[in-house]
Amino acid sequence: MRYSMCGDAAFTIELGARANVLLTRTIAALHTALHRAAPTGFIESVPGLTSLTVFFDPDSTSATELQQRLTRLIHAERTTTATSRAWHIPVCYTSEYASDLQEVAAACGMTPEAVVATHTERTYVVYLLGFSPGFPYLGDVNPRLELPRRAEPRIRVPAGSVAIATHYSAIYPQSTAGGWHIIGRTPVVLFDAAAHPPALLAAGDTVRFYNVDADAYDRLAAECKAGRYSPAA
Amino acid sequence: MTTIVIRRAGICSTLQDLGRTGYRAYGVPASGALDAITLKLANVLVGNATECAAIEMLYSGVTLEVHGHAVRLAVCGADATIAAAANAPPRVVQAWQSVTVRPGEILRIGPIRDAATAYLAIEGGVDVAPVLGSVSTHLAGALGGWQGRALRAGDVLPLRRDKPTPRAERRYSRTPALRAPDQLRVMPGPQDSRFERASMDTLLSSDYTVSPSSDRSGLRLDGTALRHIGGYDSISEGVAAGTIQVPGSGLPVILIGDHPTVGGYPGIATIISADLPAAGRLRIGSRVRFTAVSETEAARARAQLSTIFEETISSLVDVQE
Repeated sequence: MRYSMCGDAAFTIELGARANVLLTRTIAALHTALHRAAPTGFIESVPGLTSLTVFFDPDSTSATELQQRLTRLIHAERTTTATSRAWHIPVCYTSEYASDLQEVAAACGMTPEAVVATHTERTYVVYLLGFSPGFPYLGDVNPRLELPRRAEPRIRVPAGSVAIATHYSAIYPQSTAGGWHIIGRTPVVLFDAAAHPPALLAAGDTVRFYNVDADAYDRLAAECKAGRYSPAA
Repeated sequence: MTTIVIRRAGICSTLQDLGRTGYRAYGVPASGALDAITLKLANVLVGNATECAAIEMLYSGVTLEVHGHAVRLAVCGADATIAAAANAPPRVVQAWQSVTVRPGEILRIGPIRDAATAYLAIEGGVDVAPVLGSVSTHLAGALGGWQGRALRAGDVLPLRRDKPTPRAERRYSRTPALRAPDQLRVMPGPQDSRFERASMDTLLSSDYTVSPSSDRSGLRLDGTALRHIGGYDSISEGVAAGTIQVPGSGLPVILIGDHPTVGGYPGIATIISADLPAAGRLRIGSRVRFTAVSETEAARARAQLSTIFEETISSLVDVQE
């Protein structure tokens, strides 16, 4: 456990060396406990892969004061388990939605079908949300699918794109620039600013992907648009 | 209904307030005015609450026309002109004072010379619904502000107030020198241990120049490259505005406004909160140096900035017609 200052209005507490499900749940529990306790001057906290970053108003509290509070919460939270949810997310891996699937298959020495099978066989943990609103870092992917990011990021990755890079898989909630390998697309809405909370997933949740064909994708897309579909497992 | 019609939108003009809080854990960046102190001072001139959203303009100003009734506005960070029609002789409106623009008149703001940013405050504000508690525009996420994007020519912005409050215009008799700074104060970290010792000395002793590839999420700097220990990949974690991240190129990037909530490059130092508005004023081509300060000095700097703000507010006077 180590604190480091990010200027005079934020600090990060490191809680482990490598991301894993237990650590993610510990961080999520601490994040929730801190928001519930809402100490004076506390603004918000952000889960990282192995850390929690805490933002505060330095004119109404101090880093030392908040860190003492946090240390007490860590000891109190030992017995508490974070609430986490399980999601089943449909993905269409058809070539129209999977611009990098052939390339990924070639780079991994696998057939595209084997890449899809490998991607859908695991249950992933949502390590954190970041990069863009609602963007989940899911891990870990099967080491057979580990690839560095694309050398040249794409200017525009369509919303719903399911991607992999390094140890992680992700879903692009918005159409943005991006450097991950696109292997499919989901019709599920990951981020809706009008919803409470605005992001579907939260750190500590689990995700399984399942393969759907283009017809099922279109049908699910219509249901998602009408707000009639829930990917809750 | 009184509206503002945008005739020329400028390079990057967006609605910004003091930013979004409480949603970083969902990946939603804070956004908000790059220079919060100038935004607040502009709001006070038109009688708004300091946190009201205004139009932030980068490098070039907007040209707008008022429809319906008159509107009270204030421009901070640039001068402006008002003309009765497109080809009528304009009268000059000084920065740092309020002015009432009548229907059919055209207000032209700019150029913006002393900083990257200027702010146009509108009495009562633009009538848009806050998104996740803020009117700030987050460009990459197409969130908030005016339809989640920068203003364009032809946009018609509805206003919350139909008419200006009848009163004299106001100006500041003492205007702080809010220019692009040549020096910014930093606290080391969060990952200063991930750099060679000489790199911290380099950061604190050389000039850096703001590169043209900068935008509302990061100020990319040109200058002497910094050297990591053990590679540049870092475990993704929450990042704060003002953190100076160093990617593989070794060239620092200052995180500002729209920066993503998590980052994966080591942060060598972080600009103290009192200097964040000044960092937001840095222009492409600005030369800047960094000096290291302690947490105590950072607190003193916040107190000084707040004194400057209060003194400016107390210098508010009516404009004599």
